[in-house]
Amino acid sequence: MTDRLMKLLKTNARLSNAEIAVMLGATEKEVADKIAELESAGVIKGYTTVFDEDVVSKDYVRAVIELKVTPKAQVGYDAIARHIAQYTEVENIYLVSGGYDLSITLRCHSLKEVSDYVAQRLATIDGVVSTTTHFFLQKYKESGIMLISEEADERVMQ
Amino acid sequence: MDYSQIVSKKASGLKPSGIRKYFDIAAKLDNVISLGIGEPDFSTPWTVRREAIKALERGKTIYTANPGLISLRRSISAYTAEKTGVTYDPDGEIIVTVGGSEAIDLTVRTIVEPGDEVIIPEPSFVCYKPIVELTGGIPVIIETKEENSFKLTAQQLKEKITDRTKLLILPYPNNPTGAVMTKRDLEPIAEALKGTDIMVLTDEIYSELTYGQKHFSIISLPGMKERTVYVNGFSKAFAMTGWRLGYMCGPKEVLTHALKIHQFGIMSSPTVSQYAAIEALSSCSEDVANMVSEYDMRRRYLVDAFNRLGLRCFMPEGAFYVFPCIKSTGLSSDAFCEKLLYSKRVAVIPGTAFGDCGEGYVRVSYAYSLKHLKTAVERIAEFLEELKNA
Repeated sequence: MTDRLMKLLKTNARLSNAEIAVMLGATEKEVADKIAELESAGVIKGYTTVFDEDVVSKDYVRAVIELKVTPKAQVGYDAIARHIAQYTEVENIYLVSGGYDLSITLRCHSLKEVSDYVAQRLATIDGVVSTTTHFFLQKYKESGIMLISEEADERVMQ
Repeated sequence: MDYSQIVSKKASGLKPSGIRKYFDIAAKLDNVISLGIGEPDFSTPWTVRREAIKALERGKTIYTANPGLISLRRSISAYTAEKTGVTYDPDGEIIVTVGGSEAIDLTVRTIVEPGDEVIIPEPSFVCYKPIVELTGGIPVIIETKEENSFKLTAQQLKEKITDRTKLLILPYPNNPTGAVMTKRDLEPIAEALKGTDIMVLTDEIYSELTYGQKHFSIISLPGMKERTVYVNGFSKAFAMTGWRLGYMCGPKEVLTHALKIHQFGIMSSPTVSQYAAIEALSSCSEDVANMVSEYDMRRRYLVDAFNRLGLRCFMPEGAFYVFPCIKSTGLSSDAFCEKLLYSKRVAVIPGTAFGDCGEGYVRVSYAYSLKHLKTAVERIAEFLEELKNA
């Protein structure tokens, strides 16, 4: 039940417990208990909504910043990541393998805001060696949800 | 030219499928939300598509042996043995066909002579009756009932068996009702056939799509392999409808002759599809399980939704259709479907497309996303509300 429950919530967190119960062939209470269990175990971290923000406003810019850092003694990458995570502009931070260390997704109101953020906030952090900024041009899929219109259903009744 | 004198009476006498009419109406309307489709909404698993691309890259574009690639027949043999416990010889007991449909056609044409009776439980898939009629056989219909969960009962079967009965068609898991036959349901059927020369055509194209217990095939019962042609295919289980690939397994003495018809009519099934199908049988069980899990959630959602709306809905255990009863609306199946389509732009198929006894029911497919199903249910709810207030 857990896998199917998580799959349902992942694509639509607004399904009611009653609806989920019907689809899983469980009782409403079983669903509520399972969700509570997943929340308290820290498996479910939160519920969010995937917007197509372009429809609402064009007034924002997203970028991914590649950050090379020198890990600090004792605390490693975590201290730098924790520090960066505090900023509201930061949507995601991942430690990655390969040519750089931290991958950061930013959401700002303008190009200028991104460049100021990178130059003044990120580049100045002790241990940051270099930054590379990539601006997002087009979104196709986010959190498993397609943001581009799906292809027309060409199936024929026969 | 007087084409009415040119076209054969058998061809001109065939009634068009009752599904087609709704497709034609729906095609002319805007904003139609269809629940009429009888094929998966998933794409074929990627690994299968990749095998097809590889086959093309390697230039595998020639005919295969008439009964199909021996490597594919071996895979079918192993797969069928694993699922049913029955082993067919890849050399002589298996033919790879152009979809399950060709296998049905071949079986009927190989077995049925003019005047032979063929027992067909209905409601069921639209092709059995016309194919039997084309051979000059006489379709003998058994009307399955909702109170029996649309299963074929041995009692009903015995009542229809005569000394002219040649073939029983067993269409389970069933399109359109979603009914299944369990081992316990099949045992008395097998018992009723014992000692007769009646053959069985078991159409198990939906065998992978069951939601309660695992599918059980009649060929697994003692004495049934010798009197059964087992039809299956790739379309439904692996979302491979457009690849046109199915297969039949049965006694060599029957398939030897079926193979001649296949050879003269088809030559061999699509080569690229055959290479891809080997991959489907060997490594797609996880893809199939995911699709089944998704279908199952939609099935439960729809059955609950229709019952809430006051359209009593039998809980189907197979395929991807629900078959709600619409008698409470006072409309015929055909009128219900037409009104619903014109007024709310939702396309469902009248039960009568699958046999006269489908009157009072409609077939609703859940080969659609949950979001799509929810929108359709909202529109059907409005439709029923307006009917009540009319």
